[in-house]
Amino acid sequence: MLEKYLILSAILFSIGTLGVLIRRNAIVIFMCVEMMLNAVNLTFIALSKHLGNIDGQVFVFFVMTVAAAEAAVGLALMIAFFKNRESIDVEDINVMKL
Amino acid sequence: METLFFTIVAAVAVLSSILVITCKNPINSALSLVMTFFCLATFYVMLDAPFMAAIQVIVYAGAIMVLIVFVIMLLNIRSETGKRTNHAVAVSSILAFFVLFEACYFLFRSTPAKEGMGPLTSNVIEKIGHTELIGKAMYSEFLLPFEITSLLLLVAIIGAVILSKKKI
Repeated sequence: MLEKYLILSAILFSIGTLGVLIRRNAIVIFMCVEMMLNAVNLTFIALSKHLGNIDGQVFVFFVMTVAAAEAAVGLALMIAFFKNRESIDVEDINVMKL
Repeated sequence: METLFFTIVAAVAVLSSILVITCKNPINSALSLVMTFFCLATFYVMLDAPFMAAIQVIVYAGAIMVLIVFVIMLLNIRSETGKRTNHAVAVSSILAFFVLFEACYFLFRSTPAKEGMGPLTSNVIEKIGHTELIGKAMYSEFLLPFEITSLLLLVAIIGAVILSKKKI
């Protein structure tokens, strides 16, 4: 009962990790990070149900808030970067390189 | 019955999440990600958490994904030309597989905690209501983190406004 949810969550998290590592488009990388956060949320809710405790679901609430804040700031960063470089390829993000 | 339903929805979730990382066009990735979020909302309903499912659909599939799709449209990004080098793909596949292996290894090595120790059962949720239970927990036990969250949102608003100024 619990294990299948945890395994599914591990699979989703690994796919998210793979996406972050192999893609070059910053927005797709961002979406993969969201997917990893969601995999963690699934773990929280499955364990909350398993243990009969509501705390895990409150934590999911906080994770969602952080994800929303991250979306706002991250996308603003990408727009600012696109204005300077006409690209959001992560290989082009080297402004601070010496 | 429940296992069959779980298997179908899990297969859809995994397939759509694979599509997220394989599609060349970012818009297709975004739509696949919405599909994944809907599958996760289905799981939340199956896990007796209807309020979290509603929040998942409204906040993730609604607000955050609309923001992402909006930015994709705004920036008019061309489809990606080629992935990173094969070398990087191989190394990252090994790394991702290692993450999966580690999670599964610790999962099967450990002994599971006893089921249903806490006060939250399907009966209680049905009688009191899931939203009310979450509200009670959030405004009593988690009051300080809840207040700190408002600070985080304030900082995010200021950050987004400053970053979108003409000259940074």
